Amino acid sequence: MTVWIEVDLCNGCKRCIKACPYGAIELKDGKACILERCTSCGACLDVCKEKAIQTDAEPRTIPDFSDRKGVWVFAEQRDGTLSRVALELLGKAQDLAGTLNQKVSALLLGDQISNLSETLIGYGADNVYLAEHPGLKDYRTNAYTSVIEELVNQYRPNILLMGATHVGRDLAPRVSRRVGVGLTADCTELTIDPEEGILLQTRPAFGGNIMATIANRYSRPQMSTVRPGVMEVLEKPGNKGDVIKHEVELKEEDIGTKILEIVREEKKGVDITEAKVIIAGGRGVGDAGGFRALEELATLLGGEVAGTRIVVEEGLVPVENQVGQTGKSVRPELYIACGISGAIQHRAGMMNSRYIIAINKDSRAPIFQVADWGIVGDLNNMVPEMIEQLKDVVKGKE
Amino acid sequence: MNIIVLIKQVPDTTDVKLDPKTGNLIREGIESIINPDDRHAIEAAVSLKAASGGKVTAISMGPPQTIDAISEAMGMGVDNAVLLTDMAFAGADTWATSFTLGKAIEKIGKYDLVICGRQAIDGDTAQIGPQVADYLDIPQVSYVCEIEEVKENSIVVRRRLEDGFERIECDMPAMLTVIGELNTPRYAHMAGLIDACNDKVHIKAWNSADLGVQANEVGLEGSLTHVIKTFAPKFQRQGEILEGDTKNAVSGLIGRLRENRLI
Repeated sequence: MTVWIEVDLCNGCKRCIKACPYGAIELKDGKACILERCTSCGACLDVCKEKAIQTDAEPRTIPDFSDRKGVWVFAEQRDGTLSRVALELLGKAQDLAGTLNQKVSALLLGDQISNLSETLIGYGADNVYLAEHPGLKDYRTNAYTSVIEELVNQYRPNILLMGATHVGRDLAPRVSRRVGVGLTADCTELTIDPEEGILLQTRPAFGGNIMATIANRYSRPQMSTVRPGVMEVLEKPGNKGDVIKHEVELKEEDIGTKILEIVREEKKGVDITEAKVIIAGGRGVGDAGGFRALEELATLLGGEVAGTRIVVEEGLVPVENQVGQTGKSVRPELYIACGISGAIQHRAGMMNSRYIIAINKDSRAPIFQVADWGIVGDLNNMVPEMIEQLKDVVKGKE
Repeated sequence: MNIIVLIKQVPDTTDVKLDPKTGNLIREGIESIINPDDRHAIEAAVSLKAASGGKVTAISMGPPQTIDAISEAMGMGVDNAVLLTDMAFAGADTWATSFTLGKAIEKIGKYDLVICGRQAIDGDTAQIGPQVADYLDIPQVSYVCEIEEVKENSIVVRRRLEDGFERIECDMPAMLTVIGELNTPRYAHMAGLIDACNDKVHIKAWNSADLGVQANEVGLEGSLTHVIKTFAPKFQRQGEILEGDTKNAVSGLIGRLRENRLI
């Protein structure tokens, strides 16, 4: 397929230039002009009010999905413990299901984990589809995919959400291919389009440099993965829900993988996605001595030390405490960014924090644009001063 | 052992900057590279071949200039390569891409392993490996951080978890998606690069007709998801700068933390 401009119809409004995800349209002599790098993705077609952008692609008919109902969440558990992202997704699912006037369901797979159903109901599930089998004890791609395939075909949901964990990112694409649907990864925002009633899935692209909103018009369920820490947990006390048991038959030879051993490596400190306070350091912190000062500050505030990609690569901060596009997304109550310039890849991972403080020598550093409060100055002076003053505050409380 | 590696040529997104006026990506002067995780996939394939013989075939879907990535892969020791290039493939989402790659792998036929990078830095979806595996109906292990042992009909690998790792034995043929921790990719040898340039026999270019696919099964038309809007991320906050010397600025900050019950 190709896309071209009917120059006579173009009024030079530039809407298509903004809509193009690939920067492949320019204004030449007051008219839109498609450049070589166009991928014919068609994102510009609908935004043109003048119908000046044309394509030889046949318009596709959207199938009737009015019988597809329900917002489903894959309730990931490991060793009988629910992952936090499952509860976060139930929070979002309540919101989406409310708009659609549909029900929230949780998919719970494992072995002897039925006790988790109550928790899922308490966090918003109207139904829990429970599949228990010794072969489902630990996550295995094919076993979980087959069970979810059966459930999807039997109950025909509208939306299916999974956490973008190492499990979810293994399972979701496999399920999407199996049940024949599109999938959008690592969404940071999910809303229902008020006119079409479809799920609008917004995610960062190009390393977080742009945000793209993606629709899944041609298949159901509409599937998305969401990174942990992005959505808010929403408790629903007194909620009543049903547990629907699903009979599981698994043939070991169809699964293709055997888990020989699961090794948990000892973690230093708290998981930063669950920390209330994060003291994050960037290149400006300098060396290990600088990070020791941040540790002291973190201890005083009851927080954790995190870092940007660069300081992680330099070995100053462990990789599990990296914040940003290639690290983790965090949403603490308080995020203190020390010596971090605020590259967009870093901002993408911390923009949901409740309060953000920036301390940086360079007053033009982009981190100040996302901060609630900022101090322009030298960390070597500021951090020890904060430690001193906080000690006084703590003393005052005693 | 015959291995297929899936590679992608991507813009080096660490170089990407936004136009401060329009909020659009500035693409001029951005280098195209082999996707970082995919380099580790090539390295894994080439080292496995060195240990147990066989051939490594690289497949890449993209515009004709993707030949640069393929040549570099051949310089790293890949034996054969297939470039999937056709205007009809453009604008594909992961559904259409996994279908196209799956068709190409079927056309190649016999293989023991398909290896690809966990994810590409321009999309970060990590979907292609598992989706291709499902299309081919073979088991998969993603986030592979170590290859322990190759057996007669299976392979033992380590899969990275958030808090540790799993040791998994996976039947072959299998799909592995690999992460940077797995190995250190070798550099492409100049001699290999020159061979790749001269020796066209080992690089094939296939279009939709070669794969026997219809235009509405691939590319934008074959996709199930579509980008309907793009915009620059909004991060803006109030941004009150606390003035004064060190002591005053810090005490101003502590005051605000107290007002908001943060301490």
